[in-house]
Amino acid sequence: MKCAKTPLKGWKELPEGGTITEPGSSVLFDASAWRTSMPIIDHAKCTKCGMCWIFCPEAAIKVNPDGSYEVEYMYCKGCGICEKACAVKAIKMEEEKK
Amino acid sequence: MLEIRWHGRGGQGAVTAAEILATAVINEGRYAQAFAAFGPERRGAPVLAFTRISDSEILLRSQIYEPDVIVVLDKNLCTMEGVSDGLKHGGTVVLNTNAPPESFVSTFPQASRIATVNATKIAIEIIGSPITNTAILGALVKVTGIAKMGTLEDIFNERFKAYAEKNVNTARRAYGETTIMERDV
Amino acid sequence: MKKVGLSGNYAIAYAVKMADVDVIAAYPITPQTTIVEKLSEFVANGELDADYINVESEHSAMSACVGASMTGARVFTATSSQGLAFMHEVLFMASALRTPMVMANVNRALSAPLNIWNDHADAMAERDAGWIQLWVSSAQEAYDTTLMAFKLSEETRLPVMVNLDGYILSHTYEPVELIAEETVREYIPSKPLVNRLSPKTAFSVGVVGPPEYYFEMKYQAIDAIERSRMSISKITADFNRSFGRSYDDVYAYGMEDAEYALLTMGSMTGSARVVAEELRKEGLKAGVVSIRTFRPFPVERLIKKVDGLKGLGVMDRASTPGGPSNPLFSDIATCLYGLKDRPILQSFVSGLGGRDISLDNFRTMFKATKEAADAKAPKPCMYVGLRE
Repeated sequence: MKCAKTPLKGWKELPEGGTITEPGSSVLFDASAWRTSMPIIDHAKCTKCGMCWIFCPEAAIKVNPDGSYEVEYMYCKGCGICEKACAVKAIKMEEEKK
Repeated sequence: MLEIRWHGRGGQGAVTAAEILATAVINEGRYAQAFAAFGPERRGAPVLAFTRISDSEILLRSQIYEPDVIVVLDKNLCTMEGVSDGLKHGGTVVLNTNAPPESFVSTFPQASRIATVNATKIAIEIIGSPITNTAILGALVKVTGIAKMGTLEDIFNERFKAYAEKNVNTARRAYGETTIMERDV
Repeated sequence: MKKVGLSGNYAIAYAVKMADVDVIAAYPITPQTTIVEKLSEFVANGELDADYINVESEHSAMSACVGASMTGARVFTATSSQGLAFMHEVLFMASALRTPMVMANVNRALSAPLNIWNDHADAMAERDAGWIQLWVSSAQEAYDTTLMAFKLSEETRLPVMVNLDGYILSHTYEPVELIAEETVREYIPSKPLVNRLSPKTAFSVGVVGPPEYYFEMKYQAIDAIERSRMSISKITADFNRSFGRSYDDVYAYGMEDAEYALLTMGSMTGSARVVAEELRKEGLKAGVVSIRTFRPFPVERLIKKVDGLKGLGVMDRASTPGGPSNPLFSDIATCLYGLKDRPILQSFVSGLGGRDISLDNFRTMFKATKEAADAKAPKPCMYVGLRE
């Protein structure tokens, strides 16, 4: 925020009452640069219990039609909560390779 | 400006009586205010209510300290200490009692008119409960002529619905049975 | 038009019914209860087509009102004292989120000790919440002001609080001229609002405003209430013309030539005028000024009204413990600070917790104001009616 280059709008231009007029703007937010490590799911070990999906604070875990889970890396900030939540140790935090 | 203070007990309808009288006066095209000294209301506790009546708009909003008329809805409050407080010299008193007006001269020495009616008896016989407000309104109208009986009866009909007729009969009988004593003070 | 006998609370309930509100969310509290009691009766009887939301607290009542207002509904609530205090944090949201609504606040003292009677402490504590605050001095004014409040609120997209003194106005029966319901509906027709939240027109509200944005957002609400002065003048003039009334931001009696005046708010105004009339008969040029729109404060109009006075007594029915003066006095002093020939101001606090302000009390205050002005030396705040 502090290094924002575009000038911020003045009070006359901002929408009244602090509303965000475009719904769903948070899906455009890319948090991937925040990561230093990334979760990798071992689908052979995964029991599809859904604990990672429940605990992920960024809702970055997606459920596939077959009931398996996968990480949406654009939203994952690499906190590692899913690794801790996984009862069968099917998730491992690995070094971010960029 | 005419100021009235009503003494009753919670459940006898003193506040309602003050409101009905004000409504009658307003319906007849004059100005009135009705209010009560609200407190922790409960059935049986002494209650104070007030009515102010005038031919012009009433701006005054303070309490009434020197009433022209005192109305007592409860037998046991007729001689209660403080009941005559502030009554104007030459004022009027309307009491629910089975005693004659003469016996209240010492309680209300400044009153030039004392009227009595056995409102409890009338209310029990007609309405079936000791709610004395409509009886005492009949007596008050007879003594002071503040409002017309017809105006009061219209309000009873609107307000008391199933009990309207009984209240109309109560007020009419009280009107007929009120004893008035006038004296020089 | 024929007048009917109504209490101040019932007068408000009738105004709300005629305004055809869509949502009422309220929690009962003395002495406000008879407003929402009457409204729930109207809804139950089918006389008013509105959603009456029974909530578990005033905090929830105000929250429900904000949400309902966001959907474009016409919203009403009522409260008093502790109830208003409990709404405190949500009041600021209602104004900054720009949610139109009308709230009747039946003024009552704040505990402790527990007290159900009138003073202005409740509203004064919410002075800075960004709400338009209107004050009335009769049941008729309560009815008329509530109708105007809906129009004002929807035009400015700000919440409006209609203040009436507990018991002295809320429970006193007096003549009220009601306007025909069809006429009221024409006066304030239902119309969709700009920010109408629905599943089809989704947007986010109540978002985080970081330091980069909060200031601008807050200033929008400050600007809105500043601009509401114009709406108030226009709506009041229009109402006066349409319904034969004579309201002004500042009520004035005898101010054309008054030398000494009392400044009041709410139900004190009538009794102050009775005493001013009496003093005029005795040869004293007495006057009364009363603030009807406490927020936004009618600065220019007030200055005009008090111009040429020798002394002005300011009656607060609330106090600012430890402050340099009391809420109303502070505002008046601020307004007059820039004037060269300003009147001598004398501060009074009276009528706390429902203590009756008798005519004698008013006489005392007029007398003290004159003494302060003649000696050009006001006394510290006088607590009138307080036992030593």
